[in-house]
Amino acid sequence: MEVLDKIKRISNEPYLYASNLKQVAGKPIVGNFCSYTPEELIYAADGVPFRLFGTKNDILLADAHLQTYCCSLVRGGLEDALKGNLSFLDGAVFPHTCDSIQRLSDIWRLNAGFAFHIDVVLPVKLDTQSARTYMIDVLNDCKSDLESALNTRITEEKLWQSIRLYNRLRQTLGEIYEMRSNDPDSISSSDLYHVIKASMIMDRDECLALLTALRDELKQKVNDRTLNKNKRIILSGGICNHPDIYTALEESGAEVIWDDLCTGTRYFEGEIEELGDPIEAIADRYLTRIVCPAKYLTVTARGENLVRLVKDRNASGVIFMFLKFCDPHSFDYPYLKQFLDDAGVPNILLEVEEQLPSDAQLKTRFETFVDMID
Amino acid sequence: MTDPAIVKDPEKEKRKIKSVSKMKEIMTTYYIEAKTARQNGKKVAWITSGGPVEFLIAMDVIPVYPENHGAMVGASKMGVDLCEKAEAMGYSRDLCSYARVDIACSVTNGGPIGGLPEPDFLVCCNNICGTVLKWYEVAARHYNVPLFILDTPFIHTTFSASARKYVIKQTYEYIDFLEKQCGKKMDFDRLHEVSKLAVAGLRLWQEVLDTAAHKPAPMTAFDAFFHLALIVTLRGTQIAVDYYKQLRDEMKQRIADGIAMVPNEKYRLLWDNLPIWYRTKWLSDKFSSHNACLVGDTYTSAWSGIMDLLDEDNFIETGAVAYSSVYINVSLDIMLETLKKLIKKYDVDGLVMHSNRSCKPYSFGQYDLQKMVMKELKLPTLIIEADMVDARSFSESQIETRIDAFMETLKA
Repeated sequence: MEVLDKIKRISNEPYLYASNLKQVAGKPIVGNFCSYTPEELIYAADGVPFRLFGTKNDILLADAHLQTYCCSLVRGGLEDALKGNLSFLDGAVFPHTCDSIQRLSDIWRLNAGFAFHIDVVLPVKLDTQSARTYMIDVLNDCKSDLESALNTRITEEKLWQSIRLYNRLRQTLGEIYEMRSNDPDSISSSDLYHVIKASMIMDRDECLALLTALRDELKQKVNDRTLNKNKRIILSGGICNHPDIYTALEESGAEVIWDDLCTGTRYFEGEIEELGDPIEAIADRYLTRIVCPAKYLTVTARGENLVRLVKDRNASGVIFMFLKFCDPHSFDYPYLKQFLDDAGVPNILLEVEEQLPSDAQLKTRFETFVDMID
Repeated sequence: MTDPAIVKDPEKEKRKIKSVSKMKEIMTTYYIEAKTARQNGKKVAWITSGGPVEFLIAMDVIPVYPENHGAMVGASKMGVDLCEKAEAMGYSRDLCSYARVDIACSVTNGGPIGGLPEPDFLVCCNNICGTVLKWYEVAARHYNVPLFILDTPFIHTTFSASARKYVIKQTYEYIDFLEKQCGKKMDFDRLHEVSKLAVAGLRLWQEVLDTAAHKPAPMTAFDAFFHLALIVTLRGTQIAVDYYKQLRDEMKQRIADGIAMVPNEKYRLLWDNLPIWYRTKWLSDKFSSHNACLVGDTYTSAWSGIMDLLDEDNFIETGAVAYSSVYINVSLDIMLETLKKLIKKYDVDGLVMHSNRSCKPYSFGQYDLQKMVMKELKLPTLIIEADMVDARSFSESQIETRIDAFMETLKA
């Protein structure tokens, strides 16, 4: 498939893609690490939101700034910035998430040397009226900051245009996810990984065109009565930047058919209501979407959501996958596991550093896990 | 007949801080009161160390501090065992050791005081870290009690007008929450009294710490770690005010009498980050053996660091802003300004930074701070990699070598 090949090329060489985009289209590229980045505002300011995943290579320069007990995303992201690998970036937007990203923002601002740096200190709790008001205020502040950083005006018209585009993007990603969930043979999970990754990187207009074309192609392929007999698995955690795990899992007789990932459903779930004040509408999506563990909704929101997902998606197991040293996910793990155990859902934990365990090790673990599922 | 082994060394006796016994007495009474709160019809709230306790005191609720408990566990050297218990429950070894030992104690009733009294409700202020949010969620599920979150936006460059509005609004929501939990209205006159006592306590605590600016210092940061407990747990009470008056007077008397905590104080050092609770004596002896005295630290001065932002007559609004501005809720460049002031005030010869695996917001950025301090102030610095409670992360031989080498450069 030509469309998919193009998407994979972008996902495999994101920095090359961004450099070209900057040169050819002259658009400012805005780095970020988080699904709470108000991308709609960046797009409305004619910028391209560019998700950073860190490096899998050796950490050399970041070692002078961050201890080894810091997660690979934060260390790897800084390494890339200090090495000059991100020279295509005009600046970065740092939404408040965890303690590590919070300090990375300081270190980045003081050392990375990009033209602008915007902190978006979002509320940590999302369950009160005053938090909503504050969220709206913060997004308005972010809008002004972007306007001065990118020397542009974000008009209401541009904002609505952006919101409409993002709604269509997210909706299309959702449709592709649905097709895979219904028939895992329609698109492989590692291909879907490239689709979602590229969606966080690309020029979003081009992205929508590609996603739409892909969706239409897949529609021809999808089989309502899937022949796929592999065990259905949900992947839960933070970021996943390891397409190899999907293949290893498939070779062990299982398929990731849905996820609860920051670089997955949390990126595209929730529609922005195209009504009222655009900033308030953007805020309301964050307030209703399922939370990241660094945010608070209720003490059991994530557990209930996960159990519901397993049921709704007709899954038979969950793989927790998060980065070593990730505090928010590690704190939630015992209770999420308990919720799954109580619901009789087999689950395992895969804690990853920069590098995955060896193929053989991974396959042994997955095979043992798949055997646990009846 | 007297056993020669217990004949006390008069030199050492002279240096001991006499108020210590009073402090121990107060803390014992406090914990007994907290543990018997139910029998006495009182409510117990767990609250984070940076949280606004004054409102609880005004509502006659007994505040309990899991972090203080974590420090006690560390100092009693029970940390490793309890950390391992939490790990067996699925909590990663990379998580905060205060949280790990506290979670383990909740389940096993272990630790030096057989676990904390159960909370009626929880108050979590995230001005110290994001970890407390997750930790208090664990507690809220375990005890099935209400949780109030006071969300204090982090200050990277400035504290925005929106953030100010948000924290003030939440302070009123906090009062509503307490009224609901306690089934009675807030007595604002009482809150005013408590606010005055809190500010008075903070000022006295700062005066105590300031005495170490004298050369030689009558107390060290290790003493401050111990005497800190009241400004955390009993802030806003007459007890804390009276005690810190006594302690301040004792320190002033020591200065007058020429009593130094480190006998031949020659090198003055500043400490950064939380103490290494299970090794305070070892570290104190180690530095003393080099005639070095830790005269100040960024940790114990964090509470009083905000006192100038507080107006006791407008505590609700100024308190919200002050609590958001604590040392660890601000960016590295703002921290550097505080660090510089401390370095100047205590006139130190070096900075010792504890890179604390348990505390990411305090530790990440230390390397940058270290470089800035060395560059701007030409001050020698030392980084010790360890953990505040989990002794498995403490390598004695490595740390000893590093301290010895650091002291050699200072002496050179």
